[in-house]
Amino acid sequence: MDGAGIEIVKSGPYRRKQYWNRPTMSWWEKAYLPEVVRGLVITGGVFLKNMARWITLRKGALTTYYPEETRADYARRNRGKHVLTQRPDGRPQCIACNMCATVCPAKVIEIEAAFDPDDPVHPKYPARFEIDYSRCIFCGLCVEACPEDAIRMVKEVPDLPAHDRHHMWLSLDELLTWQPQRDVAKPYPAKGAASRGGQR
Amino acid sequence: MMQDLVVSLVFIGYAVGVLLLFGTVLTWVERKQAALMSDRIGANRAYVRIPFTHIKLVWWGLFHGLADGLKMMLKEDFRPNAYDRFAYAIAPWVVFTPVLLVFSVIPFGGLLVPAKLAPALSSWFGDRSYPMQIARVDAGLLVVFAFGGLTIVGAMLAGWSSSNKFSLLGALRAGSQMISYELIMGLTVLGLILIYGTVDLTHIAQQQSGVLLGFLPAWGIFLQPFAAILFLTAAIAENKRIPFDLPEAESELIAGYYTEYSAMKMGLFMFAEFIEIAIIAALFTTLFLGGYNLPFMTDEGFSFPGGHVVPLSHTTVVLLQLVVFLVKVLIMSSFQILVRWTLPRFRWDQLLRFAWRFMFPLALTNLVVTAVVVWTVQG
Repeated sequence: MDGAGIEIVKSGPYRRKQYWNRPTMSWWEKAYLPEVVRGLVITGGVFLKNMARWITLRKGALTTYYPEETRADYARRNRGKHVLTQRPDGRPQCIACNMCATVCPAKVIEIEAAFDPDDPVHPKYPARFEIDYSRCIFCGLCVEACPEDAIRMVKEVPDLPAHDRHHMWLSLDELLTWQPQRDVAKPYPAKGAASRGGQR
Repeated sequence: MMQDLVVSLVFIGYAVGVLLLFGTVLTWVERKQAALMSDRIGANRAYVRIPFTHIKLVWWGLFHGLADGLKMMLKEDFRPNAYDRFAYAIAPWVVFTPVLLVFSVIPFGGLLVPAKLAPALSSWFGDRSYPMQIARVDAGLLVVFAFGGLTIVGAMLAGWSSSNKFSLLGALRAGSQMISYELIMGLTVLGLILIYGTVDLTHIAQQQSGVLLGFLPAWGIFLQPFAAILFLTAAIAENKRIPFDLPEAESELIAGYYTEYSAMKMGLFMFAEFIEIAIIAALFTTLFLGGYNLPFMTDEGFSFPGGHVVPLSHTTVVLLQLVVFLVKVLIMSSFQILVRWTLPRFRWDQLLRFAWRFMFPLALTNLVVTAVVVWTVQG
């Protein structure tokens, strides 16, 4: 009774809570119809603009057809997919040391090493080098681990939409498609000039 | 007599064909227009491959409607355990049929004289003429409202017989909303009836090929601009589309009164909604946009306000009227889709307040003003 922790709730008519950020609208906005017309003009304008672009054979959308079309705005440092760098004669620079496969946190790299008696400096080479892109996390640790600068990442993403995970592997052929014209690390021959055993 | 039957069958075939075409094409229009309005590309993956070749016809995703229809045909026709079997089964048809029937009184062209189309027909048809309309009813507008009112029954039946609380809530909402907005639709059209002095849709369409104030085409939208806006709003509400889609609001009621429907039964509800877009567009065209005629155009040809007259052959007029009607309907359908992808949904109390405290007084005012003006002008 005398303040023993009992709070007496006074009942009264229900009062709607007033929010501090209650939106305020001018009479023009409350009239609703002009604002509706304004909204229709905005959306209709976007519609007509995009329609005009499609009709005049340009692209009227911000989104891209995937996978037919690649985005143009990937960052220069985007880790999209792996490439294997090549010796001047076109063979992979990889020495099949398995460092990348060891460091890979997702364990997606599989390398099968082979022996090449013709090249006494680099007798070990990868007979198979495959990456499972269904599991790759694109962390770039393989690039850092490589002692030979044999694996790098480029900004383009692998073109691999498939109906099951077994079709999401890239093998040596697809990884060796990188043909840079200018590379600071080492000189590359012009296209077509490289042939196996040419600079032996 | 035989000639009348043939012409009627041709008209019915044309009307049904047009409605079904609009029903399927509008699903595509809705998808693509929504995509364009939001800077997207839109559905474009369904294709038809020409057999034994690798040629895939994509056609900007037009086949998605076909794929939808096929999916709905092949899906399991799930039936809820406890329901009123009969009411549950007929509810989609009660919604779907009146929507198709409304089109029977809408004129989709002027007077057709088969003898003037081709000389070969003149011996058989003689000098018979047919207004391009399935049912020549004096009470055209009343028939429209009578059939329009029937769709409420379908929605209520569907919601009640499904034994689902969401369905029931949706049906209750559908009932109160559609009755409220039907009233407003009727009130807005009354003004037009006062001006035209008839409820026959053919006469209304013919009267709109005149000239107003010397330069304007005498379209209903210039005679009754307020009524046009109110009518379109009420019609969209009647069709239960955003921003008035409370009866089937996904975020609140799953699918409202057709929650328990699946496969083609649910497809019928959807199809009825899309056909009703075309119906509303056709009705709006007939009442407010000069019907099947271009501005200053009659069954004889153009007669411009300056006194310049361009007579047209009967075949040209008929083809032009058919095409003009379809184009107007398509534009109005597209406008409804624009509204659907622009405005957010009302709250339930806002919806009814909007009907009874905003649109109802406006419609009444419009009617009173129209009545006074018509009385002073006509004496």
